[in-house]
Amino acid sequence: MFAAAATALAFLLFPIAAIFARVTPGKLVAQLSRPVVTDALVVSLKTSGIAQALVLLLGTPAAYLLATRRFRGRSIAVVLVELPLVLPPAVAGIGLIAAFGRFGLLGGTLDTLGIRLGLTQAAVVIAVAFVSSPLYVRQAIAAFEAVDPNLVAASRTLGAGPVRTFFRVVLPLARRGLAAGEALSFARGLGEFGATIMFAGSLQGVTQTLPLAIYQEFDQDFTTALAMSALLVVVSGALLVALRLTLQWQPSRPTSRFLFAPSR
Amino acid sequence: MATLQADFTLPLRAFALGLSLDVSGTVALVGPSGAGKTSVLRVIAGLAEPRGGRVSLDGESWFDAERRISLPPEQRRVGLVFQDYALFPHLSVRANVAFGAGGSPVDALLERFRIGQLASASPQELSGGERQRVALARALARKPAVLLLDEPLAALDAHTKTEVRHELAELLRELELPTLLVTHDYEDAAALADEVGVLVEGRLRQLGPPAELVARPRDAFVASFTGANLLRGRARRGDGALTSIRLESGEDVYSADEAEGEVGVVVYPWEVSVARTHAPDVDSALNVVRGQVGSLVEVANRVRVRVGPVTAEVTAASAERLALADGGVAYATFKATGTRLVPL
Repeated sequence: MFAAAATALAFLLFPIAAIFARVTPGKLVAQLSRPVVTDALVVSLKTSGIAQALVLLLGTPAAYLLATRRFRGRSIAVVLVELPLVLPPAVAGIGLIAAFGRFGLLGGTLDTLGIRLGLTQAAVVIAVAFVSSPLYVRQAIAAFEAVDPNLVAASRTLGAGPVRTFFRVVLPLARRGLAAGEALSFARGLGEFGATIMFAGSLQGVTQTLPLAIYQEFDQDFTTALAMSALLVVVSGALLVALRLTLQWQPSRPTSRFLFAPSR
Repeated sequence: MATLQADFTLPLRAFALGLSLDVSGTVALVGPSGAGKTSVLRVIAGLAEPRGGRVSLDGESWFDAERRISLPPEQRRVGLVFQDYALFPHLSVRANVAFGAGGSPVDALLERFRIGQLASASPQELSGGERQRVALARALARKPAVLLLDEPLAALDAHTKTEVRHELAELLRELELPTLLVTHDYEDAAALADEVGVLVEGRLRQLGPPAELVARPRDAFVASFTGANLLRGRARRGDGALTSIRLESGEDVYSADEAEGEVGVVVYPWEVSVARTHAPDVDSALNVVRGQVGSLVEVANRVRVRVGPVTAEVTAASAERLALADGGVAYATFKATGTRLVPL
């Protein structure tokens, strides 16, 4: 049993270690100043930032409604929210093209409005938001559902309206769950590849995010690809640590401690 | 004092809740769990919307189905104390109390409820009694016109309960707010309220001062709920002024009440004497039930003892003298005038 565990662990860690073992740290850092890397880093941070802001702004109210309101078709809505999560990235890419692409369902409408999404950062933002938001929303639903309805009722009888109650009671109590969901969503969005390359293309400085740049560099300059991979490993690792710390923080608080708590 | 008027119907899962109630002073609703007690409070607080009816305070409409009025909870001036107190776990004691205070200082309230020294503590660190005081202070900080208490004593252990009940009774007297409290414990209701209503499956069976419920229970449920013995039997009109009732155990007992057919004989534990032997020629009590001495429960300085189907309340000294703890056979006697007959 220990042998199996050791093999599994080694299998998971070996490729990651290999990224750092191939080239010296100094050389890795030196590669990071190449324009293809800095451009991709800027594109990645910018598109991820905007996409996650949208996910938080739209996903939080959506999750709260799904968690607290009982309406016809609610359970179907919850399942549909999670669908993009299990969709193959290629399918997500095709779907986005069919919907928002030049010849897509909304393509004509967007065209008359003077909006062309192909090969723009807006397309990257849409692709990233599409694949990453379900991770946040499903976790947020679980976090909101875990807030004791009596506390909400108490706040209302104490004179706080729905909005004040949300910001003073619900949000503080759900914050750890929300932070966990957002960390997962951010990590997933940062690594987005398939849907982005199909829907937004891979144009350096415009739509080429770090994963796309790695793919482009790996048959041209393997060392640069390694350097960018190392960078993503570090960023993802930092996110994971931050996530763990958030979840362990004040464990007595009665919000969701379960990353994948089943949403009812 | 203001008067809260509630008259509404609300469909619940198994039955429809429907009651009409005027609250000024302290009214307690008692009933078994699942009778709809908490739902009454939720309707008055605006947390549940009834299907029809009215809720108003001195003519100020909070809910009126016909006039399509339904104020949200934050606009009804109620102080609701939840059964589990529902203190905000992410806020300190002071911040909990200040939550609905609208910026006015809460120090005086903290002192009044003896929680000043706990002001910066988190609710999780408090004992049951302390939590209750924080919940009360929080509800009063918003200066409510009506106080609603959901099982205010249920979350407390027996020792704390007596003390808290006393404090609460005193507080309610001082506040002079229309207060509606719900509890499953008749004794708590009788100790705290001017009027007690017995709620069963969404209906008020009887509403009146505690003493009246005990003296004249309207039906079998009210009788047993107020702590009385309920013996089932068949009544037939006797020759004299008395009704005789053949109990399920085969014994005959007599009552001054008139009834026929299936009845419940209601007798309060403190009306029942216990003896080891029975001497009909020296005892004015007409009713005798012979039975095995069962469980003994101490209630303050008294002992509740079961003799066959009857529970009697005797002093601790009597229980000792009769060696009731040893079990064996005893006779429970009670007067025909001390019984009430209720329809089953």
